[in-house]
Amino acid sequence: MSMPTTTIAEDTVAPRRSNALLAGLRAVFLRVGVLPFFLVATLIAFSLVSKEFLALQNLTNVARQSVYLILVSLGQMLALVTGGFDLSVGTAIALTSVVSALAMVTLSHMLSPDMLWLVIVLGCCAGLAAALVIGSINGLGVAVFGVSPFIMTLGVQSVGAGIALFLTGGVPVSGVPYEFGDILGFGRVFDIPVPVLVAIVAAATIWLVMNRTRLGKHIQAVGGNAKAARLSGVNTTKVLFIAYALCALLASVAGLLLTARVGSGETNLGGTIALESIAACVIAGVSLHGGIGRVENVVLGGFFIVLLQNGMNIAQIGSYMQMVLLGSLLVLAVILDQFRYRLLVGER
Amino acid sequence: MMSSVAAPLVEMTGISKEFPGVKALSGVHLKVERGEVHVLFGENGAGKSTLISILSGVFRPTSGAIRIAGDEVSFHSVHDAAKAGIGTVFQEFSLVPTLPVFENLYLGRELMRGPLTDRRAMLAGAQRLFAELDFDIDVTRPASSLSRAQQQMVEIAKAFLSNARVLILDEPTASLTERETERLFSFIGKAAASGVGIIYISHRIQEFQKIADRISILRDGRLIATVPARETSERVLIELMTGRAVDQVYPKIARRADGPVIMTLEGLRTAGVHGASLEVRAGEVLGCAGLVGSGKSRIWRAAMGLQPLQSGRITLKGRDVTGAATRALLNDGVFFLPSDRKSEGLQMTATARGNIELSLLDRADVAGPLGFVRPRRSRALTDAIGDKVGIARPAMDRAVSKLSGGNQQKVLFGKGFGDDRDVYIFDEPTVGVDMGTRMALYQLIKDIAEAGKAVVVISSDLPEVMNLSHRLLVFAKGRIAAELSGSAIDEENVLKHFFAETEGSA
Repeated sequence: MSMPTTTIAEDTVAPRRSNALLAGLRAVFLRVGVLPFFLVATLIAFSLVSKEFLALQNLTNVARQSVYLILVSLGQMLALVTGGFDLSVGTAIALTSVVSALAMVTLSHMLSPDMLWLVIVLGCCAGLAAALVIGSINGLGVAVFGVSPFIMTLGVQSVGAGIALFLTGGVPVSGVPYEFGDILGFGRVFDIPVPVLVAIVAAATIWLVMNRTRLGKHIQAVGGNAKAARLSGVNTTKVLFIAYALCALLASVAGLLLTARVGSGETNLGGTIALESIAACVIAGVSLHGGIGRVENVVLGGFFIVLLQNGMNIAQIGSYMQMVLLGSLLVLAVILDQFRYRLLVGER
Repeated sequence: MMSSVAAPLVEMTGISKEFPGVKALSGVHLKVERGEVHVLFGENGAGKSTLISILSGVFRPTSGAIRIAGDEVSFHSVHDAAKAGIGTVFQEFSLVPTLPVFENLYLGRELMRGPLTDRRAMLAGAQRLFAELDFDIDVTRPASSLSRAQQQMVEIAKAFLSNARVLILDEPTASLTERETERLFSFIGKAAASGVGIIYISHRIQEFQKIADRISILRDGRLIATVPARETSERVLIELMTGRAVDQVYPKIARRADGPVIMTLEGLRTAGVHGASLEVRAGEVLGCAGLVGSGKSRIWRAAMGLQPLQSGRITLKGRDVTGAATRALLNDGVFFLPSDRKSEGLQMTATARGNIELSLLDRADVAGPLGFVRPRRSRALTDAIGDKVGIARPAMDRAVSKLSGGNQQKVLFGKGFGDDRDVYIFDEPTVGVDMGTRMALYQLIKDIAEAGKAVVVISSDLPEVMNLSHRLLVFAKGRIAAELSGSAIDEENVLKHFFAETEGSA
């Protein structure tokens, strides 16, 4: 710095500024993950393709459609933060749909028409209970028997799908009370669609659980370092079990809303949701290594996936190609997560 | 509670613990009074950690009884023990890296306000505790962002938080600087004065002689003696620990006068190492000492291609091998013995023979011209290696996981004798093995060095690395702080350099 000529000064300022920008981007990447980058890229790319994309109408639509994925992603996040994941969320949805529809149809034959509400409530409870069984089996396998979450939930996914198909013979369960769809599928409270309201309540609850309850802290601790958690007196078995049970329950709520929307019990409602929910979480910065995940970001992550699908639809990208893109995006996000985790925890 | 005044604070009687294939403890007695600093002294694998794991509820004893202030207790978990007033700072860090410091402190005993955690109260409590302990750490930082010494301080704070009646510290100073150690000792003094019983595990004699009241010595799972600290000399302690006169443990290794340079590392930088250069010579034992995290091990891991190299040059037998793959280096005559045999060294479910055989598969006489292994040849060779390192024949065909730590380490050594090598790098060569095995392994190291090979010994065990080395490098803060040779290698000299350039890093 002994030659303070103007040219040298200019030369050093420019890189310094870009360094500051890089450092800023790095900080965002470490804090939040890849989501902001993906979101900006998507918004720019599709708004170039079509003017409708950024229209308020379209964005509210995306928000409404993303409710189901957000609910499932919240559950998926719980499993991911413990250091595992749940591939059977689709099955939980299918089983919820089939069981709740069957229960409603059966009960409405048995009970008088003026007990319609009881039919709907009991039907919902039956659906939730079915999913809870799925979640408990997952939890039992992972927490008590130490089966790897991959194998456990993959197996249960097949079991649940098989049961749902067996119960229905593969035919949609029709005859669900009209009011069920009217309220949970299309109803509004204070002019807010009921599904959106449900998602808001669920997100707020999970936020509270993760940030302000013992359970939430223990879920994070188990995923961050299970041994340390155990040495600190955390009942890791119980925590893991609850995480998987809650994951299935949240998927089940999504299943009820979807059933209400389509008006019948369907076995194929949760087809690709396992992949989508994991993608939503990982893109939202939930680490596959466990211990890291923020509810706000996951909500945005679910929104992002649906936004992307919406954009691809507008851009007239075929559904086959969409599968290719979504899968690639997930893998890319995981690679970047690997990188981020090393920066965060790895070397000191 | 009348009896509790007279009864000792902790009384462990006849404690035995068996793990599959290993008897870790047999019939150990330990008594700790209120306000006493009681040191547990012994080698790696002597049973110190097992004993305190039992007291802190990690393991349950196979037999024996524990009384706390006269009441017999039986702990099923760490939580149980903590409730009975036993606070433990484990040697392995038990912090959750992704959680902030104050949440780590309160993990498992969160302060609640109704159904929700009381974040503000925990934050305030953590800050108050750290102020009291004079630890200068921002309690909202995630644990992963702390240095090892800071993590250690959090661990200690965690034990203090539970108002423990008994405080167990397992090698607490292993990663602390001198100043931090001083501070820790002043707490220990304060805590003892307030009536807390302290169990302090260490093998640094100079250090604990400042604070200890009594010392219990363990060897091979047995209590050898409990002696008053003030009247017992260092020499006596070492002889009690090893069961032998000091000069019998470490063999005299003849040094080749002017062995040629076989391997060099120049200006090597990697995570945790900030530029270090060294030479390895044939017929000489080069020691690497230093604290955990000083870079003594990581420099070799980087040279071996086990962690990314940032810059520097590595030569082997005069050729540049910078950035070569681990496999290439192994084929080129380097043997590397990793410090963690369970996770990096051995196939735990395979047999001892199977593990050793892996190192033979590249030999032409074993693999044959078509690449098919010749079983008889392989068997003969593995038997010969087993004999050389001292593994009994029946043990050769047992799963490594079923063998004792000592035999496992012998298997790991055996993998170095499959082929002729020029450089032998031993990272913690005798960690967690009994005295007998230790001496056998030292003999092997002696044989290798005297056969004209280059030997590198990286060790946290100071007497070991001091007594084996012809030339000793002391690492501190990722640099080589000193190179000592021959008679200049003494404990005072080495320890002085341990803390080089570490002013005020906490």
